[in-house]
Amino acid sequence: MSFIIKNLPILIVITPLMFSLIVAVLTNNRIAWSLSTFASFLTMIFTILLSFEVSDRSNISYYLGNWPPPLGIEYVIDTISIIPIMIVSVIGLIATLFAHNFITLEIDKKLVSKTYSLWLLTIAGLIGLITTADAFNLFVFLEISSLSAVALVALGSKVDRKALVAGYNYLILGAVGATFYVIGVGLLYGVTGTLNMGDLAQKIPTLGLNKSVIVAFTFMMLGIMVKAAVFPLHIWLPNAYAYAPSPVSVLLAATATKVSIYILVRISYTIFGSSYEIYSFESLRYILLYLAILAMFAGTIMAIFEKDVKKLLAHSSVAQIGYIVLGISLATSPGIASSFIHLINHALIKAGLFMSIVAMGYYTLKRIDVKTIAGLGRQLPITFFSFVICALSLAGLPLTVGFISKLYLIKAAYMSEGIWLPFLILVSSALSLIYIWKLIEGLWYNEKSLKIEKIKELPEIYLPLLVITFLNIYFGIDAGLIIDNSFIASDALMSGIK
Amino acid sequence: MDNLILKVCTKVLFTPIILFGLYVQFHGDFGPGGGFQAGVIVAAAFILYAMVFSVEDCKVIMPPKLNFFLLALGAFIYGFVGIIGLILGDPYLSYDVLGSTKEAGQHIGILLVEFGVGLTVCNVMISLFYSFANFNFGKRNND
Repeated sequence: MSFIIKNLPILIVITPLMFSLIVAVLTNNRIAWSLSTFASFLTMIFTILLSFEVSDRSNISYYLGNWPPPLGIEYVIDTISIIPIMIVSVIGLIATLFAHNFITLEIDKKLVSKTYSLWLLTIAGLIGLITTADAFNLFVFLEISSLSAVALVALGSKVDRKALVAGYNYLILGAVGATFYVIGVGLLYGVTGTLNMGDLAQKIPTLGLNKSVIVAFTFMMLGIMVKAAVFPLHIWLPNAYAYAPSPVSVLLAATATKVSIYILVRISYTIFGSSYEIYSFESLRYILLYLAILAMFAGTIMAIFEKDVKKLLAHSSVAQIGYIVLGISLATSPGIASSFIHLINHALIKAGLFMSIVAMGYYTLKRIDVKTIAGLGRQLPITFFSFVICALSLAGLPLTVGFISKLYLIKAAYMSEGIWLPFLILVSSALSLIYIWKLIEGLWYNEKSLKIEKIKELPEIYLPLLVITFLNIYFGIDAGLIIDNSFIASDALMSGIK
Repeated sequence: MDNLILKVCTKVLFTPIILFGLYVQFHGDFGPGGGFQAGVIVAAAFILYAMVFSVEDCKVIMPPKLNFFLLALGAFIYGFVGIIGLILGDPYLSYDVLGSTKEAGQHIGILLVEFGVGLTVCNVMISLFYSFANFNFGKRNND
């Protein structure tokens, strides 16, 4: 068994990857689902083993094919990357368990096993993005994860043909983002002759003031900002999340943008962190800061006026990405720690919200908008309960994870920018209460508009949902694990800055 | 297309194209070539057949189900060769342990991996061709 421990960094990537190839050729849909669940379960086990390996703050470096870097591809697992890997594998497992009913309902029978294949491929791509320490290998995983995610979004076309347009927009903008990133990598390769991130970080400062590096930095940051849906590059996101098949919305909303934000951090701190003084990149953080503030308000205001609930949640994701980017743009240790905290917490919150909303859609067989949800809460008490907990968590009520992230974000913002920034954060949180209240009011207090017989809630749907809800409360009360690991990660990142 | 000359020429050319594809595939170790190029060449034989005869005829010699299976199989071979190295105690994708010496191991490894690449590329090209050839332009398939 020792070979498993030795090869954990690659096993978390190839387990879903290889299983996706097996699942693709299966004809029995039930077996396809069981195998996908098994694959994501294995991935989670490997991730947990891996987190024990790095818990003593050591870096695990893994050379693919025994070729040492900078020649070969290197995978690095450290205290920073274990956080997003954990998010992807845990949410991946819960979403896979949750997915079965929805995929059988929403997707053609012939395509179900291929859907699971794409699903595992997305998970593999996202985990690969986090583990790799090779700038070009990162591009490959970027393509794997986003192409399979695009196909998954477009599969929603059986329910609503708008999914095709949404998928197409996602494809084009995602391709533009990936191309920008690879142009940047090409320029860096041209001036340094290396693709390994650690090696790049050592070689870039020795170049002195170099225009190629500035252009490369800009291209890479812009490319990843498209992927991370940082305002105003978020145009693809609301439609992609709204028209994707239900479980895909859950998976993408909880993981895809989070991973891109992690890459944003990795590029700006690990690759370019060592050359901040030469290029005075720190003044660039104000661009991110103001974009984040705009995102907070624009996302929230768009969500307030949105009728379709899935789209509403997607707009709110844009605002939440704003909070995360805000923490990064503070460029202090508490700031980055707060954005890591929110990275984890927002994944939990949005997974819970999307899961409860799509569950309502499943029970009523209707597209969920502000009118059709009227009175649904009384029919579906368990789903409604989870929805309320996650929604309050989104608003940042105490005893939920949302409160913890807001608390640390406000503290970090106050420490570096003074009183005006916490004020803006509080105002936008208060605004988010408007759309949350609109939903809760509709679900509970309004008279029901749909004529539906008594609905029986299915355990295979509400059990994963309750797990997410429980995590939302648990980490809101006992937040030590998340906070400690986030601070360890942010300290590790800040130590690379010169 | 109902042209006797084209049909006869295609029948004559079909096997040499595949043979040339295999040459490019396995000569990739020593000269220009490898899985990507070979896969495209082999796929070109099938696509030529489909264009001169018909897509339905081509589906007899390469059924879409087999096509999809081979497509997944190629990538699986690539990954699985890596896993063999992993189980035998080396890192993933390390081929040193596959043969009696390091060089022999690398040789066997890259040959198998390139075969997987060739299989996948060939079948991806064919399945792309099938999906475009079957596409009803101007008509909606679903509703």
